[in-house]
Amino acid sequence: MKTILVCHGTGCTSSKSTNIIENFKNIIQNRNIENVEVVQTGCFGLCAKGPVVIIRPENIFYAKVKPEDCEEIIQKHIIEDQLVERLLYRDANGEISKRLDEIDFYKKQKRIALKNCGSIDPEKIDDYIAVDGYKALEKVLKEMTKDEVIEEITKSGLRGRGGAGFPTGKKWLFAKQAEGEQKYVVCNADEGDPGAFMDRSILEGDPHCVIEAMMIAGYVIGANKGYIYVRAEYPIAVHRFQIAIDQARERGILGKNIFGTDFEFDVEIRLGAGAFVCGEETALLESIEGRRGQPRIKPPFPANKGLWQCPTLINNVETYANIPKIILNGSDWYSKIGTEGSKGTKVFALGGNVKNIGLVEVPMGTTLREIVYDIGGGIPNGREFKAAQTGGPSGGCIPAQYLDTPIDYESLKQIGSMMGSGGLIVMDDSKCMVNLAKFYLGFTVSESCGKCNPCRIGTKRMYEILEKLTNGEGTLEDIDKLEKLATTVANSSICGLGQSAPNPVISTLKYFREEFIEHAVEKKCRAHECKALAKIQITPEKCKGCGLCQKSCPVNAIKGEGREVRYINEEECIKCGTCLNKCPFKAIG
Amino acid sequence: MVNITIDGIKIQVPENITVLEAAKNVGIDIPTLCHLKDVNEIGDCRICLVEVEGARGFVTSCMQKVEEGMVIRTNTDKVIEARRNVLKLILSAHERKCLSCIRHGNCELQDLALKFGVTDVEFEGEISTKIVDDTSPSIVRNTAKCVLCRRCISTCKNVQKVGAIDCVNRGFESTISTAEHKSLQDVNCTFCGQCIQNCPTAALHEKENIDEVEAKLKDENTIVLVQTAPAVRVALGEEFDMPIGKNVTGKMVTALKRLGFDKVFDTNTGADFTIMEEATEFIDRVVNNKTLPMMTSCCPAWIRFIEMEYPEYLDCLSSCKSPHEMFGAILKSYYAQKEGIDPKNICVVSVMPCVAKKYERQKDEMINDDMYNVDIVITTRELAKMIRQANIDFTSLQDSNFDDPMGGASGAAAIFGTTGGVMEAALRTAQDLLTGEDLQEINFEEVRGKKGIKRATVKVNGKDIKVAVASGLGNARAIMEEIKSGKADYDFIEIMACPGGCVMGGGQPIKPAKLRRTVDVRKLRANALYSIDEKEVIRKSHQNPVLQQIYKEYLGKPNGEKAHELLHTHYSQKEKVKMSN
Repeated sequence: MKTILVCHGTGCTSSKSTNIIENFKNIIQNRNIENVEVVQTGCFGLCAKGPVVIIRPENIFYAKVKPEDCEEIIQKHIIEDQLVERLLYRDANGEISKRLDEIDFYKKQKRIALKNCGSIDPEKIDDYIAVDGYKALEKVLKEMTKDEVIEEITKSGLRGRGGAGFPTGKKWLFAKQAEGEQKYVVCNADEGDPGAFMDRSILEGDPHCVIEAMMIAGYVIGANKGYIYVRAEYPIAVHRFQIAIDQARERGILGKNIFGTDFEFDVEIRLGAGAFVCGEETALLESIEGRRGQPRIKPPFPANKGLWQCPTLINNVETYANIPKIILNGSDWYSKIGTEGSKGTKVFALGGNVKNIGLVEVPMGTTLREIVYDIGGGIPNGREFKAAQTGGPSGGCIPAQYLDTPIDYESLKQIGSMMGSGGLIVMDDSKCMVNLAKFYLGFTVSESCGKCNPCRIGTKRMYEILEKLTNGEGTLEDIDKLEKLATTVANSSICGLGQSAPNPVISTLKYFREEFIEHAVEKKCRAHECKALAKIQITPEKCKGCGLCQKSCPVNAIKGEGREVRYINEEECIKCGTCLNKCPFKAIG
Repeated sequence: MVNITIDGIKIQVPENITVLEAAKNVGIDIPTLCHLKDVNEIGDCRICLVEVEGARGFVTSCMQKVEEGMVIRTNTDKVIEARRNVLKLILSAHERKCLSCIRHGNCELQDLALKFGVTDVEFEGEISTKIVDDTSPSIVRNTAKCVLCRRCISTCKNVQKVGAIDCVNRGFESTISTAEHKSLQDVNCTFCGQCIQNCPTAALHEKENIDEVEAKLKDENTIVLVQTAPAVRVALGEEFDMPIGKNVTGKMVTALKRLGFDKVFDTNTGADFTIMEEATEFIDRVVNNKTLPMMTSCCPAWIRFIEMEYPEYLDCLSSCKSPHEMFGAILKSYYAQKEGIDPKNICVVSVMPCVAKKYERQKDEMINDDMYNVDIVITTRELAKMIRQANIDFTSLQDSNFDDPMGGASGAAAIFGTTGGVMEAALRTAQDLLTGEDLQEINFEEVRGKKGIKRATVKVNGKDIKVAVASGLGNARAIMEEIKSGKADYDFIEIMACPGGCVMGGGQPIKPAKLRRTVDVRKLRANALYSIDEKEVIRKSHQNPVLQQIYKEYLGKPNGEKAHELLHTHYSQKEKVKMSN
C-alpha cells in the first residue's frame, strides 16, 4: 500500500496542487492501479519547493511538482519502483535528499502544533481520529477534573502564541473563576502580520485539533459555545474548518451529551473583514458582536467581561493546537522542551531574503542562526545577513550581532523585538533600514483603527517623518521628533497595536542609527533603496564606451555615441538602477 | 468606601467611582476631552492619562474605577509629557483656523491648549480628512475640525437612538460621517442638534442665518417682526457671562429693539394658541372616541423622527403647528390686517433654542397664502452673536416689554420650554374646558423633573387620563416601542427631542463637558421658567386676553375652520437612511 501525499495548503494550491491531486486520481483510476491512495494534506512547510508530493511509506520527497509530472511519478515510482530523480529535493549546492527526514530544513524542527499538518487529510475526521484525535477530549471529560486540566496546562508552561505570551493556564483559570451563567470560548484566527501564515496552515492542515482544544477549554471554563474568528482572506482554511465542524457535529462530537457526559458544545465561524486590529482580542470581540473593530479599554479583561459582556476565553490557533498534545503526553513531556521561561515549540513563517521560505516549528531556545542558516539555508544571491524582523509590524529588527540569541519570549523582548505571532522576515544587506521602518509603519498607519489619538495621528506623523528622511528632506531634528513620537505612541495608545507600532522604528534606530543620520545629513542611502537619494553616475575612467547601459536605459537618460565615454543626464534619470547591473566594467554606481 | 492615595493625598472615596471623579474630590482637575459623563465614556482621547502604581503603562482615569489601596499620580513629568504630546498630535491634525472659527472662545480644544501652555504644535503634518456638509437647513459639519472624540456619535446613537452618524474608514482616514457620506438632510438625522451641543470644537455647528436677518433689517420696505421662544430668555444671559438660568427677558427685548426689529413679540403668545388648539383637539379625541393617544407636535425634530421611524402612528400626532409657526401665521394674517400692512412686506424672524426649527420653517406645510409662516430662524447663540457684533453691552441694558398688541402670554406658555411643560399647560386648560370651572389645582408636579420618561394618571373632570412625558429621542423611541407592543394605553403623550426639553435645545449656549459634570444646567434653566410661571397672574392659556380677543375678532372657535387653515398642519412618511444601530 502506497500513499501519495500532496500538499494542499494555500501556497501549493496556488501552484496547481489541486490539478496534481486530480491527475493522480485519474491516472490511478484509468489504469486500475491498486493499493495506492492519494491524500490531500495541509502544509509541509517547505513552501519554497512547492508543490510538494511525498510518497509513503518510503517518505520520498518530490519538490516543485507540476500536474504534468504525475504520469511519470506513477509510472516510475509506483509501478516500476524507481525514483524520479529530476524531481527529488536538491539543496543550494545541488545535493540531493531523497527522504523528508534527510532534508536539512526538517532536521532541527520539532513538530507539535504542526504534528498532523502534511500527514493527514484535513477534510476527513477519520484521519484525525486515527492519529489519536479527540482522545484528549475524551480523557479530559472522563478522567480529569477541570482543575486538573488547568493544573496540567499550567505545569506545561504553555504561553499564548498570539504574541504577548500570557501564561495559558492562568488565562484558563481566570475564565473558569469568572462568574457568569453564559461563557464563551473564542479562537483568534485573525492572523494579520504581513508574511505570516502559521495559523492558516494549522487550520488548513489540522482543523480538528483546534476544535478539540476549544472543546476542552469549554469544558474547563464552563462554556457551551465557541467562536472562531478567522480572516475571510483565508478561504481554504474557512472551508476546511467548516467541514471539520460539520463532521464533528455529524459524529456527535460537537453537540449535546458529548462522550456520554452532560457536556455540550458547539462552534461557529465568524469571518473577519480584513482589519488587522481585529487580531487584538477586544477589537475581535467587538467585531464578532457586529460592531466596528475597535479595542476596548482594559480592564475589564475578556476573562471577566468578553463577548456580549460574558466571561470569555480567547486563545490563538497555535496555542489551541498545543493543548491536545499536552493533555495526551503530559505536562512533563511538554515542559522539557524549550527554555526556562518559554516552553514547547514555536511555529515561524520564514520569509524574506532566505533560501528556504516556508513554515518551520522549532523548540523555544533555538537560535536565530539555526533558523536562518540551518533550516532556512542561508541568504541567497551571495549576500550578507543584515537583520531579521520578528513579530511583524509590532516587532523589531534583530541585527547580526544577535544571531546566536536563543529565541524565546524574554530574550526577544530584551533585544527590542518580540515573539509576536511568528512572522520572521530575513533581510540581506541590500535593504535600507530607514525604508524598512517606513514600510512597517506604513502598515500600521493604514491598519490603525483610528480610535485613539496617539496611534491614529502619532503613527501618521512618524510615517511622514520617515517619508521625509527617505526623500532626502529629513533633518537630525526629525530623528529626535521621531523618537519622541515613538515614546508617546508606545505608552499612550489604548491597545497592543498602537503600543507596539513604534517598535520597528525604535529598533532600527537603536541598531542602525547611522543609516538614519546618513539619510538626514549626507542625504545618502547606503543600500541604494531610497530612490530620491540615489545618485547614479558613470565613472569616466572605468567606462569603455560599450553602450550596453545606454541600451538598457528605459528613459534614454544615458548620453554619448560610438565608443565615447557615456554620461547620465541627471534630470532625465529616474534612478531605476537598470544600468547598474548591465555595466560589465562596474563603471556605474 | 475605599482608601486611595492621589498625588500623595490619602482619602476615602466611594467605591465604583472613577479615578477622574476621585481626583475631583481632592481638588485635582484632570483634563479631559472625549469624556462626557454618562454619555461618552470610551477613553479615546488619551488626555486624562494618569499613573497608577503597579499598572502596566498609563491608566485612563475617566474609565478606571478606584480600587482599595490604589496609589495614583496625576502630575508626574511622564504623565504631563504624554498628555501634552497627545494634545500636540490632536492639534497637528486639526484645521487650526481658530481666529475665524465659530467656536472661537468657546472651544474645549482651545481651552486645553491654553491650559497645557502649548506654544508650538511641533508635530506638523497632514490635517484630518475634510468633508464639509452645509447643505442641510440646520446643521453644518466640517470634519477637518473634528477631534474624533465621538461625543456626537454617542449622543446620536445611544442617547437619541437615531444613529445618523458614525465613524467611517480607518486610521488617520477615520472620520465621522453619514451613510454613504450623504447630506444630513438625506439621512435619518432629525436636526435635534444635540451633536452640536456635545461637540467640543466647531466640527458641528448650526447653519447661521444672521446675514439674512441683517439684510432684512436694512431693507426699508420690510417690516421685520421678531418672536422669541420661552427657553431663549433663560439662557441668553449665559452668552454674556451671566449666571446659568438667569431670566433676561427684559434685556433681551431691549437688545432686539436696538438691533432694529420693528416689533418684538413673544412666542409664548403662540404657545397659548397651541394650547387652545391642542387641548380642544384632545378633548374632541377623548369625548368622541377618536384616535388616542394624542401626541404633541411642537417639536420639529420629534416630528421628523416619527415621520421616518414610526409613520404608522402619524394620526396620533396633534395636527397643531408649533407655537412659533402658529404665531407667524397669525402675524401675517390677523396682525397684518389689523395694522393695515401687506403681509408680503412682513418678515417674521424667530429666535429659537433649536436648530430643527430652521428645518421646520422651510417645510411646504408651513405655508399659508403662498407665504411661509416664519421667514428666518436664528438660535439663541446667533442672537447673542448679533448683539455682540452690534456693540451692545447686554448686561447693562434696561428692561423693556414685548410690543402690543400681541405681547402677553400666560404662565403656562412659559413652561413650554421644559420637558413636561406642554403637558402641564394643556392639562390646565383641558380640565377647565371640560368642567367649565376655573380650577386652582394647576401644578402638575408628576410631569415635572429631569426623568427622561414620566408616566402619570391625572384626574380631569373625574376621568382618569393616562399621560406620558418623554424627552430625548431615545426615550421617545422607548415610548413608541411600548405602544407598538401593545403594553401602553396612554391618552396623551408629550415628546421633546432634546433631553430636558427646549431649555437644552441644540441652539442654546454650549456648555463645556467639564462644567456639565458638576452643574445641572437643565435644572437651572427649567427652574427659571417655572418661576416665570409662578409669578404670572394668568397661568392658563385660555385665560390670555390677547388670545380671547383674537378668537373673538378673527379666528372664531378653537379647532374651527379658520383656526384649522392657519394653525394646523399634516404629516407624511419620510424616507430614512440609517447609519448604524
